[in-house]
Amino acid sequence: MYDVSIIGAGVVGCAIARELAKYDIKVCVVEKDGDVSNGTSKANSGIVHGGYDSAPNTLKAKLCVKGNEMFKQLDNELKFGFKKCGSYVLGFDENDHKEILKLYEKGTENKVRNISVVEKEFILANEPNVNPDVHSALFCGSAGIISPFEFTIALAENAADNGVEFILETPVTGIEKTEEGYKIKSNDKEILTKYVINSAGLFSDKIAKMAGMNNFEITPRKGEYLLFDKEIGSMAKSVLFQTPKEGSKGILVTPTIHGNLMVGPNATYVDDKEDLDTTKSGLAEVGENAKKTMPELDMSKIITQYAGLRSSMESYDFIIEETEKGFVNLIGIDSPGLTSSPAIALYVKDILLDSGMELKEKVNFISHRTPYIRMDRMSNEEINELIEQDKSFGKIVCRCESISEGEILDVLRRSIPVNSVDGIKRRARVTSGRCQGGFCTPRVMEIMSRELKMDMLDINKGNKGSYILADKTKTPKGGKM
Amino acid sequence: MTYDLIVVGGGPAGLAAALKASEEGLENILIIERDYMLGGILNQCIHNGFGLHKFKEELTGPEYSQKYIEKLKDSSIEVITETMVMKVTEDREVHVLNEKDGFRVLKAKSIILAMGCRERTRGAINIAGGRPAGVFTAGTAQRFINLEGYLPGKEVVILGSGDIGLIMARRMTLEGAKVKGVFELMPYSNGLTRNIVQCLEDYDIPLKLSHTILSVHGKERLEGVTVAKVDENLKPIEGTQEYIKCDTLLLSVGLIPENELSNVCGIEMDRRTKGPIVTESRETTKSGIFACGNVLHVHDLVDYVSEEAEIAAKGAMEYIKNGKSESGYTLTKAGQGITYVVPQKIKKCESEDKIKMYMRVDKVYSDAKIKVYSNGNEIFSKSFERLMPGEMASLNLNMKNIQECDTEEIVFEVEVL
Ligand SMILES: Cc1cc2nc3c(=O)[nH]c(=O)nc-3n(C[C@H](O)[C@H](O)[C@H](O)COP(=O)(O)OP(=O)(O)OC[C@H]3O[C@@H](n4cnc5c(N)ncnc54)[C@H](O)[C@@H]3O)c2cc1C
Ligand SMILES: Cc1cc2nc3c(=O)[nH]c(=O)nc-3n(C[C@H](O)[C@H](O)[C@H](O)COP(=O)(O)OP(=O)(O)OC[C@H]3O[C@@H](n4cnc5c(N)ncnc54)[C@H](O)[C@@H]3O)c2cc1C
Repeated sequence: MYDVSIIGAGVVGCAIARELAKYDIKVCVVEKDGDVSNGTSKANSGIVHGGYDSAPNTLKAKLCVKGNEMFKQLDNELKFGFKKCGSYVLGFDENDHKEILKLYEKGTENKVRNISVVEKEFILANEPNVNPDVHSALFCGSAGIISPFEFTIALAENAADNGVEFILETPVTGIEKTEEGYKIKSNDKEILTKYVINSAGLFSDKIAKMAGMNNFEITPRKGEYLLFDKEIGSMAKSVLFQTPKEGSKGILVTPTIHGNLMVGPNATYVDDKEDLDTTKSGLAEVGENAKKTMPELDMSKIITQYAGLRSSMESYDFIIEETEKGFVNLIGIDSPGLTSSPAIALYVKDILLDSGMELKEKVNFISHRTPYIRMDRMSNEEINELIEQDKSFGKIVCRCESISEGEILDVLRRSIPVNSVDGIKRRARVTSGRCQGGFCTPRVMEIMSRELKMDMLDINKGNKGSYILADKTKTPKGGKM
Repeated sequence: MTYDLIVVGGGPAGLAAALKASEEGLENILIIERDYMLGGILNQCIHNGFGLHKFKEELTGPEYSQKYIEKLKDSSIEVITETMVMKVTEDREVHVLNEKDGFRVLKAKSIILAMGCRERTRGAINIAGGRPAGVFTAGTAQRFINLEGYLPGKEVVILGSGDIGLIMARRMTLEGAKVKGVFELMPYSNGLTRNIVQCLEDYDIPLKLSHTILSVHGKERLEGVTVAKVDENLKPIEGTQEYIKCDTLLLSVGLIPENELSNVCGIEMDRRTKGPIVTESRETTKSGIFACGNVLHVHDLVDYVSEEAEIAAKGAMEYIKNGKSESGYTLTKAGQGITYVVPQKIKKCESEDKIKMYMRVDKVYSDAKIKVYSNGNEIFSKSFERLMPGEMASLNLNMKNIQECDTEEIVFEVEVL
């Protein structure tokens, strides 16, 4: 019997898991996919928002501002990579300027730190590639960027290091009330638990329904992105938003934590919660709007494109409540959910305390996580020491980003098991460079096959069914045709 | 120790360059290759068709490179494999990393860059849709089949009719896969004519010109693609969409020279070739650093790669002997109908009497001439029965003609007869 079962291993579920890992209780995370951070938490803007645009006195405003303030400390402990690069909301005319002043006031009310209204000259001096037609902007020095999946994975690994169990490839299909709590059902498993935390993202309305709570309805809203080569990564130094207009936030241009440039997202309602297809029109819209911020953007430097789905609800605010005794719902956690996640975790902990759960601090809690080994952040001497100890760091596998075999082995040996090429990609960045895996996919698969004792034919790109190779060839390996 | 010459990349370009320099008497030569074997992209090209020009026989890729690798054994050239060149500096330092020696800095009097190219990906051509497994560049599929012994899929659509796509259409068919068609955006194929005949027509694989892929479908593994016809502006024509079921999409949509090292070194690039700007001896804008092969501009025939590599080798030796040239240059410009010209500049005092120029045209021409102008005056012309973007054109300019007109710039143009 678990004390707490968290459904969904997105950033929200993993932040809660890591928070609860500090206490002497039995916790598990149940996730339908083969890896953590495989839902909305892998495809979003990756911005640690300042919190000036959320409506004052909402959970969104409070948890966003608080979450933002927690990132520096979290990065010290978990080493996922956080850069406080600041953000601008760019205005191009008088109307925009009025909106910017309103945002400034909202920000002040929300107690956002380090915001100011700045003029054209200031903007262009700091961001020389911004459209020279810019008029003014709201600058927010406390905004930053992270890799959303590395953050989620770091939370999960640290939770697992502290005893939280991750039950992957286990889609929850039913929930029953029991004497002591709940029974969570999946295909071939039953999990008994005192508390359920429903953090299933887009599907949290469905999970609530399984337990008889029918009054939630999530509509997915798609956002599409273009990712550009590192070669032009320094065109933006901060996050560059446009002034929001009638419900639309506008397209943003931002550097990523790995030094690429990213633009997006648009916003389109869709019917299917699994529809992650990019569209020709959507990508065109994103590209064109981004040019308003940065007219010199070179579209031939695009290396990939992707889409994410927001959990939209009719009501504005996050729903975080113990809807029924022992059942905590987190529904409608759309933007700024990533930023808010650490504060959401504290908020959920307080709900559990209020509900009567006893939380005794663990004496042996491990607060720090060893970061992945990243040779690109090391000096030549450090690299030589590393290779001295382990030759596999001298073997470059990914040519675009110079990632060694040793760095791949490192991510395979962590507390959350990795068994897909995409899983390695999200952790070690292989296949995510400009050749998008053209050269290194075969090499990565060989390493997986050797280390995880998997047949090459069984290796998937991502989830079950996403096999990469169909068969052996008729001609024997290396044969002449 | 300072090497006389360090060659970055052990593909056909690097091999031919090193061997030429060695034959001409250069002593301390080092080839650095990141793969575990020499030969570059040729290792996976197990089909015939290499060396027709150079050796007057039809060889497979590995056979072609083997001819060079054999000769290496009798030379004093030093080779290190499984070694990644991380950086080349303008003072001709080469930063390398490998298992055996870790990170090291090597020095050279001259450097030849021969890093080859990589394939354009789905991302680069912006195809919308899902992100399932089963979308490969043709070269990756070729590697899986020919080097690793695995078949990527069984029902195949190929986008792009470049040579690698054509060759893979045949290869996949021979391995038992069903190739449903090769779709090409342009109204002509970019592949060699012989490949269209031998790889598609002989196997009844349809080639659909003026077609593109609008979207890929599937969540885990590819399930199908939507194709459509395009008009003369390459825009999809409404109503011509067609869904084709397939589990594999191969992309053969162009190659991009791998110039990360050149960029970091500060070498000036040609926007058209996506390779360094070079002189007739293949010297880049950083003195003593040369480039040849696919890193300079994408070649369709390896024979020309070897030829160009020898030019670069001679250039490097000349540099070691005489140092930086103080000569002025005549620039070569791509005019009407020409997409690029290599080399981009020619030393005014060049002593060779013939200069071989390589170029590509923008579309298919029959019975045309390539003419060379200086200040509006024609100084050279050559007739071609057929010119097409997929086949590199070359011509030999008389150095005398250029020197006589002592001009800053000569322009290459296509003229239809
Ligand atoms: C386009 C876009 C841009 C955004 N940009 C930002 C931003 O810049 N900054 C910011 O702060 N926020 C941003 N957000 C919001 C942020 O991404 C989300 O709030 C956050 O990722 C939500 O996390 P989650 O854990 O709730 O959901 P998810 O990451 O979707 O996790 C839910 C998990 O539940 C699992 N699950 C679902 N059903 C079941 C089941 N039946 N059984 C078991 N498991 C199940 C899923 O597989 C998934 O792993 C953005 C969102 C979008 C879509
Ligand atoms: C898939 C494919 C199929 C082809 N088919 C044909 C054909 O049928 N007939 C034909 O005539 N031509 C064909 N060609 C063209 C011809 O093979 C190429 O033009 C030729 O191989 C180019 O030679 P190269 O030496 O310039 O490049 P490559 O052969 O690509 O060699 C470059 C070498 O440099 C190494 N390298 C790169 N960067 C580094 C670094 N940083 N450190 C160390 N080493 C590095 C690479 O590992 C590689 O071995 C084909 C080309 C491709 C890509």
